Amino acid sequence: MAAPTTPAEIGGIGHSVQRKEDARLIEGQGNFLDDIDLPSTLHMAILRSPLAHARINGIDSEAAMALDGVLAVVTGDLMDQHGLAWMPTLSGDTQAVLATDKVRYQGQEVAAVIATDPYIATDALELIEVDYEDLPPITTPQQSLEEGAALIRDEKEGQTDNLAYTWETGDKGATEEAFAQADRVVTLETHYPRSHPAPLETCGIVADVNSVTGQATIYMTSQAPHAHRTLFAMVAGLPEQNIRIVSPDIGGGFGNKVPIYPGYVVATAASLLIGQPVKWVESRTENLISTGFARDYYMKGELAVTDEGRILGLRVNMLSDQGAFYSDAQPTQFRAGLFHVVTGSYDFPAAHIDCKGAFTNKAPGGVAYRCSFRITEASYLIERLVQNAAYEVGIDPAEMRLRNFIQPEQFPYETATGFVYDSGDYPTALRTALDEVGYEDLRREQAEARAEGRLIGIGIAHFTEAVGAGPSRTYDIAGLKMIDSAELRVHPTGKAILKLGVKTQGQGHETTFAQIVAEVLGIPAIDIKVEHGDTDHTPYGLGTYASRSTPVGGAATAVVARKLADKSKKIAAHLLEAADEDIELASGVFSVAGSPDRSVTIQDVALAAYTNLPEGMEYGLEDVTYYDPPNLTYPYGSYIVVVEVDPDTGVWQVQRMVALDDCGVRINPMIVEGQICGGLTEGFAMSAMQWITFDEDGNCIGANFMDYLVPTAWETPKFELLATEVPSPHHPIGAKGVGESATVGSPAAFVNAVIDAVAHLGVRNIDMPVLPDRVWAAIDEAS
Amino acid sequence: MEVNITINGSEHASDVEPRTLLVDHIRRTVGLTGTHVGCDTTSCGACTVLMDGKPVKACTVLAAQADGSEVTTVEGLKGADGLHPVQQAFTDDHGLQCGFCTPGMMLVGASLIAENPDPSDDDVRWAISGNLCRCTGYINIVKAIRTAAARVAESSNGS
Ligand code: FES
Ligand code: FES
Repeated sequence: MAAPTTPAEIGGIGHSVQRKEDARLIEGQGNFLDDIDLPSTLHMAILRSPLAHARINGIDSEAAMALDGVLAVVTGDLMDQHGLAWMPTLSGDTQAVLATDKVRYQGQEVAAVIATDPYIATDALELIEVDYEDLPPITTPQQSLEEGAALIRDEKEGQTDNLAYTWETGDKGATEEAFAQADRVVTLETHYPRSHPAPLETCGIVADVNSVTGQATIYMTSQAPHAHRTLFAMVAGLPEQNIRIVSPDIGGGFGNKVPIYPGYVVATAASLLIGQPVKWVESRTENLISTGFARDYYMKGELAVTDEGRILGLRVNMLSDQGAFYSDAQPTQFRAGLFHVVTGSYDFPAAHIDCKGAFTNKAPGGVAYRCSFRITEASYLIERLVQNAAYEVGIDPAEMRLRNFIQPEQFPYETATGFVYDSGDYPTALRTALDEVGYEDLRREQAEARAEGRLIGIGIAHFTEAVGAGPSRTYDIAGLKMIDSAELRVHPTGKAILKLGVKTQGQGHETTFAQIVAEVLGIPAIDIKVEHGDTDHTPYGLGTYASRSTPVGGAATAVVARKLADKSKKIAAHLLEAADEDIELASGVFSVAGSPDRSVTIQDVALAAYTNLPEGMEYGLEDVTYYDPPNLTYPYGSYIVVVEVDPDTGVWQVQRMVALDDCGVRINPMIVEGQICGGLTEGFAMSAMQWITFDEDGNCIGANFMDYLVPTAWETPKFELLATEVPSPHHPIGAKGVGESATVGSPAAFVNAVIDAVAHLGVRNIDMPVLPDRVWAAIDEAS
Repeated sequence: MEVNITINGSEHASDVEPRTLLVDHIRRTVGLTGTHVGCDTTSCGACTVLMDGKPVKACTVLAAQADGSEVTTVEGLKGADGLHPVQQAFTDDHGLQCGFCTPGMMLVGASLIAENPDPSDDDVRWAISGNLCRCTGYINIVKAIRTAAARVAESSNGS
């Protein structure tokens, strides 16, 4: 790890600066959505469908309206009168705001009550009578695409089946050729189950529309406040200058707070119609059954390999379960997100990927749950396949990877599906992790244990992510280019305010982004206030998800700070009576080359920017940058998990988890490691317990934290973290982003470890979550 | 109905609906919003407060049941001489990210330390196993609570 270049008091890049956001949070002074309490706020509760598929013949809200304290019952018909019964999704589909014709999944929004008190609003829901006529529910994408399946999207013009999209990428001909040359083809069919990000704070809104001025102040749990402002303007037809989105402290996002949900639209419409603020905070059950799910990919991967263990090509067929509306949050050009990064860390010439998605009677979503648009599924598939290929070829899974890795000198490396990986040293990463875990010894122990009837497994995953979307030529969401911004103002006393287009949900932007400025200008990080989340007070940006804050917003921050450094040097030259080009800046001190005793500080320069300027220079020390990244960044890592499986029960325990991450330059190592530990835990969760299923009637199993198991401190394994640091060559400070790496990379490592424990019996697949009964059944079947 | 609850040392007498949950009472009536709500099945612990020194999930206690008791919320952790050791350790050890679970975690930590001055890693993990965190992976929460315990022990040995 490179040593910091600034002293600790300045706290630039590489310092584990204590977080600035902590002070308010540890004293209970955070300002989360539900803490916002405007005068005369009304409360909204949503009536949701108990059925997965049914026609609505009528809604009787008379009794609810009669309840004391109820001001309005909003139905789809009322929304329809304002042209708001349907809204566009982020993938070019439409989604019902409140159902008018039929309900298409359990939990779908049917009506909303506006009342003076949240308890009364909930009481009133019980009094609404809906006349439903059952329709046959479709609960799997396979069922959905069968001939004669009931049409879920019968309202959609031209839709004659349940197909949501098809998408194909790669070179089919070249891939067929590669397969023709292979000694063997290794096939894996596996399901990446439906999951839910379930941030600890649910989603919510306080909509405050002033009916006289038309000013709409909308507080919402938003990972992307600027994009949401534009979408609100487009959907609700409100003039954009009158919309102010404020995203307050956010209690975790993980992709869940990227989409616009029907509740937001209804609450805003209700506030507009009634003229009072309307608050809606969903319950946990509402969060789990109706807001953006993730994953749910049925994948078939085939790897063409030689007897020497060389990979020649990859073929993937994928079927995704989209739920009732196609509402993936993803760049427009890619119908299955960045799933085509599925070639992973390996050097082979040919790949072909064929995807389709089907509508089902389940909640919509397809959010990138702590993941850059479906990279989690892609990384999981290739890492599972490579391990299985090693078994088939008869070489060690670590060796299999080493034989196929993209080599350090091959960067920038263009993959078979067109990604240009920026930098990396995969062999060093894997070898370092193998050494740390004591791989050779472990393999010996595994063999000895087997002889005693004990099952030990060692699972490896070496993932490569593609994050930081993205270059404007390729990446947009709803037409908006995926740039991001930073505005920096240095005040006369040398203190600064940095305003960002991105928005933290716990990642620590108020600290790390200040550190970037501290690094460049030498203003202590503590003296830099970071503002974000309020669209009236920050420059435009597409928000925080897909690990794009550091790659895009962080780059914008470095660039704007450098612009100010350039101006500052000119001011310093004026103050020091030296030539501009002779001024050197280090840790906030401007000195004249060759005579270091002639110097001024950034604080002197800041004051001069408002008091004493060279002839012809504009006053002030502030600027704004919109950053259009030249490429994505490609963090990677080598994860190794050791498990012991109980052959009698199928229960597995993690013995070790060694995680090496290379996310390029680490701005704040403490925060980076915190992100990694959180991500590893979510990866473990998905591999071991966390999934959402449905029964055949379309009832959601996993509607609360008793059925949807997220790990507690008790189940969560302990992690041993390692790092290498290969900077991104195109990022202004060499950083790549890290918030999601561990969630992307680790599920395959955990699952591979369990498979490895039973691979000698012939087991090649157990679907996630790897529940004990599934393990037991796999052992039983194999022996 | 009339309830009288001492919250963070000050008495709050109010007229509440019998069905009012303690967490709603604290947040809406008393106006202390550091206590959070993260679920509807008593699973997450975001709403944890101390009732007569013991952690309870305030979403599963009626305000009426708390009548006459002493309640400590996160806002009451700080003492006259500054942050509670648990608060200090949470920021020192990066025990929080989004901070939504943090009040509950710190209150459980504080009550654990009061009972067990030298908790092991497993003691802490067990104590906080009724509190969910979606951000941190717990490792730094456990570390912070143990750091706080060690600092408390050190300062009481020293005095
Ligand atoms: S809100 Fe009380 S336990 Fe979740
Ligand atoms: S810090 Fe976010 S839930 Fe714990």
